[in-house]
Amino acid sequence: MTPVRRFFGPLSRAGLWLGGAFLLLLLLLPWWGSSYIMTVAITVFYLALIGQSWNLMLGFAGLLSIGHALFVGIGAYTAAYLFAAIGLPPVIGVLPAVGLAVLMGLLIGYLGFRFAIGGVYFALLTIAFAEFVRIVIDHVSWLGATEGFFLKVSAADRHGIDLANLRGAPEMYYYLIMALALGALVLCRFLLRSRLGYYWQAIRDDAEAAQALGVNILRYKMYAVAISSGMAGVAGVFYAFYQNSLFPEIVFNIERSIEATLGSIVGGVGTLFGPIFGTFILTPLGEIVTEAIDLLKHWGVIDPQIKLDGLKLLIWGFIVVLIVLFKPKGLWPWVCARLRLTRPEAEG
Amino acid sequence: MAALLRVDGVSKSFRGLLALNNVSFEVSEREIAALIGPNGAGKTTLFNVIAGVFRPDSGSVHLGGADITGRRPDEICHAGIGRTFQIVKPFAQMTVLENVTVAALHTAASVAAAREAARGFLELLELDAKAAQHAANLTLPDRKRLEVARALATGPRLLLLDEVMAGLRPSETDRMVATLRRLRDDTGLTILLIEHVMRAVMALSEHITVLHHGEKISEGTPDRIVRDPAVLECYLGDQDL
Amino acid sequence: MDFWTLANATVGGLLIGLVYGLSALGLSVIFGVIRIVNFAHGEIMVMGMFFALLMFRWLGLDPLLSVPLAAALMFGFGYVLQLLVVSRVSHLPEHMQFLLLAAIAIMIVSALLLVFGPDAQGVEVDYAWDSFAVGELIIDYPKMFAAIAAVIVASLLLAFFKCTATGKAIRACADNRMGAQVVGLNVSRLYALTFGIGAACLGAAGAIILLLFEVHPYLAPGYTLLAFVIVIIGGLGSLFGALVGGILIGVSEALAAVLFQPSMKTAFSFGLLILILLLRPQGLLGKAVR
Repeated sequence: MTPVRRFFGPLSRAGLWLGGAFLLLLLLLPWWGSSYIMTVAITVFYLALIGQSWNLMLGFAGLLSIGHALFVGIGAYTAAYLFAAIGLPPVIGVLPAVGLAVLMGLLIGYLGFRFAIGGVYFALLTIAFAEFVRIVIDHVSWLGATEGFFLKVSAADRHGIDLANLRGAPEMYYYLIMALALGALVLCRFLLRSRLGYYWQAIRDDAEAAQALGVNILRYKMYAVAISSGMAGVAGVFYAFYQNSLFPEIVFNIERSIEATLGSIVGGVGTLFGPIFGTFILTPLGEIVTEAIDLLKHWGVIDPQIKLDGLKLLIWGFIVVLIVLFKPKGLWPWVCARLRLTRPEAEG
Repeated sequence: MAALLRVDGVSKSFRGLLALNNVSFEVSEREIAALIGPNGAGKTTLFNVIAGVFRPDSGSVHLGGADITGRRPDEICHAGIGRTFQIVKPFAQMTVLENVTVAALHTAASVAAAREAARGFLELLELDAKAAQHAANLTLPDRKRLEVARALATGPRLLLLDEVMAGLRPSETDRMVATLRRLRDDTGLTILLIEHVMRAVMALSEHITVLHHGEKISEGTPDRIVRDPAVLECYLGDQDL
Repeated sequence: MDFWTLANATVGGLLIGLVYGLSALGLSVIFGVIRIVNFAHGEIMVMGMFFALLMFRWLGLDPLLSVPLAAALMFGFGYVLQLLVVSRVSHLPEHMQFLLLAAIAIMIVSALLLVFGPDAQGVEVDYAWDSFAVGELIIDYPKMFAAIAAVIVASLLLAFFKCTATGKAIRACADNRMGAQVVGLNVSRLYALTFGIGAACLGAAGAIILLLFEVHPYLAPGYTLLAFVIVIIGGLGSLFGALVGGILIGVSEALAAVLFQPSMKTAFSFGLLILILLLRPQGLLGKAVR
């Protein structure tokens, strides 16, 4: 087996070819896509990165987070503040950013896991902490409070490549987030095959049995939370320097947390490619809906005065309901089987 | 022979209901011992106290001289006790091989080594043909075997088996009995089992402890136990004995 | 900061806390019996608010008079939701059920947004600004009426579970689902009833709270969180605990608003939550696990 084949294990020949072609297409995107398509693609990879992080918690270790925006937000605010206040470049700032996100994850994990009361507790805690931090930042004037926190960008920053300061042309952001998302995929692949991955899945399937087999449940759950929140923190740093503006209402909004879950649910919770596959379906779909509405308004089919703010989310919600009801394992395993992208019951 | 496991005056009650009352017994090194008694006698509760699921209200549990009372299940596993669950608990979304690999990991140096070790245990329990299947798809007898394979893969000094023969056909029971005896003879493993299948208990065990209503009412060799009037009385009408 | 300011805040918080408690009761009932965390909690409550708003606009009906109607409507909603949708995922892992309800919650918010827009809207009743004084203690009529209404609805609910055959059957289901099935109870109908009753609490709480606050769709997630906090503080599944937790949160929010800033009050309840989790994880009135 070639190293690539070994790495992706159960991918079939067709799967490898199709995946390779798709990857090539994405690598060449700046040459064939418009700037609009690039913006959408950046969003896709950004959400795929967060989705991968969320999926690590739930899909691998069985821990449901509904406050993932918290870890993203902490990463974003930390790196942005350190850059603005003391000029710390994000390439270094990512360390304290990830550190704080991990600390927050560990705190929530500790509070939630000490008691054998059930997974719901942890999920509720993640939301509660996300809200708590949002309200706190709402009142912290040196973080811009509700007015928002802004990073200075000059016109010159929009060209070239300055990876250390995360300043440069859109192409730089595109390749960076692509590398991060694919890096997360590779990391998850590696983790899943490691001791951690085995223990996590055992805990997910039956915590009591895992413990009887010598797995320290608390410790390995904490590892899962730490790694996941760290990955989300990295995504946050990217967000801060890509958007250059941070508002608590937007960054910590519960909708962000729910957005983080959607790709994985659609793609398939617990699968390796599910999160990225799901976001590749959902994000463009959302864009198409928005575009279609604009078009319909333009043609006068819909009264342009009507606000259709909620429509996109309404459709998203509906999709998730359909998926949970009819394809609870997600679309990726189904697509794989249909297109024979994987070899059946292959040994890794 | 030195006692590997020593249970000393263990009592445990749930919401005022006394499940174990001052139970003491020992299991010697390299012995195959059985814990029997009618339903609700407290056998599984006693297992759970030994394995660290419940902390006893009073009394102590020693393994090889070390006090392991009230330690967490994973610590007790590391101390050298492997256990199975009466109601089987497979990792449903993992393959059979992965199930056993999880158990083999904490003694193995690497994942690859653990997988190799796991294959050995699957062969021993005649599960090797089903290694790549998801555990959710196994039949009940196979799940029972998987429980044993996993417990063995943790590399225990003492193996606690909770009704692993239930649901097996007589020929399968005989094979399991043979496997367990061979294990003990080859590796010096000590085994404590809860069993309802008397055919297995009589064939395997060298020492039997009888629980009834949470109290030890008798103990001794199988020959002695079947003649003990107290045991006969509590099993009165039970066709098994 | 004098004594009477604090006393006024405490009493005001206590009255609102009773309404919070009623809302949390709705969450607790559903969790206690069906073992599902109703993530669409606040959304159902906000639907009750909008319903009462429409009744006020169209018929001039006082929100308090809309309470039985809102409760009945939401009962139907909850009943159908459980019977047709939620029951179909009972075999799936906990998190999938949670996600299903989260998705339903998103759909409700978006639908409300499409229909009513994002702006805050409220009702103004004749007695909106009336109050009476006991010594230096000033009590607003709307708050008092709201609290009384909440207590009445909550008492009816507790009486239902204590005294009626159906209520007892539901409690039997909560204790032992398999046993309930064995003795011939129709569990899926009882579950639908339970979800309906929980949702009815929310409809009632929504109609009541419209007397005090303006409504907009984005209010919903906040109410969901508030109810979670209350229920965790009071103890998951304890009905009385939900009421106590509600009062506690109402009072602490009111005190935080006068002692610090009004916008910090929610952070205060989360602080309380973390404190409770550190000191008494099973909640104030919950049963200890092991």
